[in-house]
Amino acid sequence: MTTIADPKAPRPPRARPSRLTTRGNTELYGWVFMRASGVLLLVLIFGHLFVNLVAGDGVKAIDFGFVAGKWASPLWQVWDLLMLWLAMIHGTNGVRTIINDYAERDGVRLVLKCLLYLAFVVVVVLGTLVIFTFDPCPTDAPANLLPSFCTA
Amino acid sequence: MPAAPAAPRKKAPAGTLYRGREGMWSWVAHRVTGVAIFFFLLVHVLDTSLVRVSPEAYNDVIGTYKNPIMGLGEAGLVAAIVFHAFNGIRIILVDFWAKGPKYQRVMLWVVVGLFVVTMAGFLPRHLMHVFGGE
Repeated sequence: MTTIADPKAPRPPRARPSRLTTRGNTELYGWVFMRASGVLLLVLIFGHLFVNLVAGDGVKAIDFGFVAGKWASPLWQVWDLLMLWLAMIHGTNGVRTIINDYAERDGVRLVLKCLLYLAFVVVVVLGTLVIFTFDPCPTDAPANLLPSFCTA
Repeated sequence: MPAAPAAPRKKAPAGTLYRGREGMWSWVAHRVTGVAIFFFLLVHVLDTSLVRVSPEAYNDVIGTYKNPIMGLGEAGLVAAIVFHAFNGIRIILVDFWAKGPKYQRVMLWVVVGLFVVTMAGFLPRHLMHVFGGE
């Protein structure tokens, strides 16, 4: 007959996991980042939504000239760049968590995460290039589509 | 045919923060809104990138954002963002505020209240822009 273990006895050492699921404190830093970036994103995105959808004529007023007018100011360039990077890292990390939770097969998880990271790189690189190489006054475009400062 | 014995009712474990009720459903809603916002973000960076192609290309695509169906979609997107934002603050308070776990349920109703107030401010103005004509 077996007896139950003395409840006060020290626990036996845990079996080592067959595969290392995390390295060091990476997941902790990710957890902190989600909270810190979340607060910043609340301010950045609410400001973005107010200026683009509420102020003035809202969505009806958005066109090439509107975007060019905003990016003529370094404030909106930095605003949009920060929003792009923080939102993409925050969102990618969130979707990564969801993939880890629901995709149980190793192969499926690997494929989904590769697609996720590919989308991250493409969107972040493309968006960053657009903000920094944007030309508000392309020479071959009709003047009525351009912001007013192009003809000044 | 004799009736099968009723399956024993499973009792949900009690005393945990996130099982059932407000805690779990806010967690589900946070995930669903988060994924929806993420996929919109991918599309939104791509459509904005058309400013680099030509003013005409950008204006064409942004023009589709101004039709009524897309206007309703934008209202849904803003609703998702507002919930995710306020509930995110609630999550931070649950994690870092000593009394956060005790008040998590009350805080969800505060989130819902703030959501209603914010949307009440946003929706009429946005719908006027979308449906108000020129």
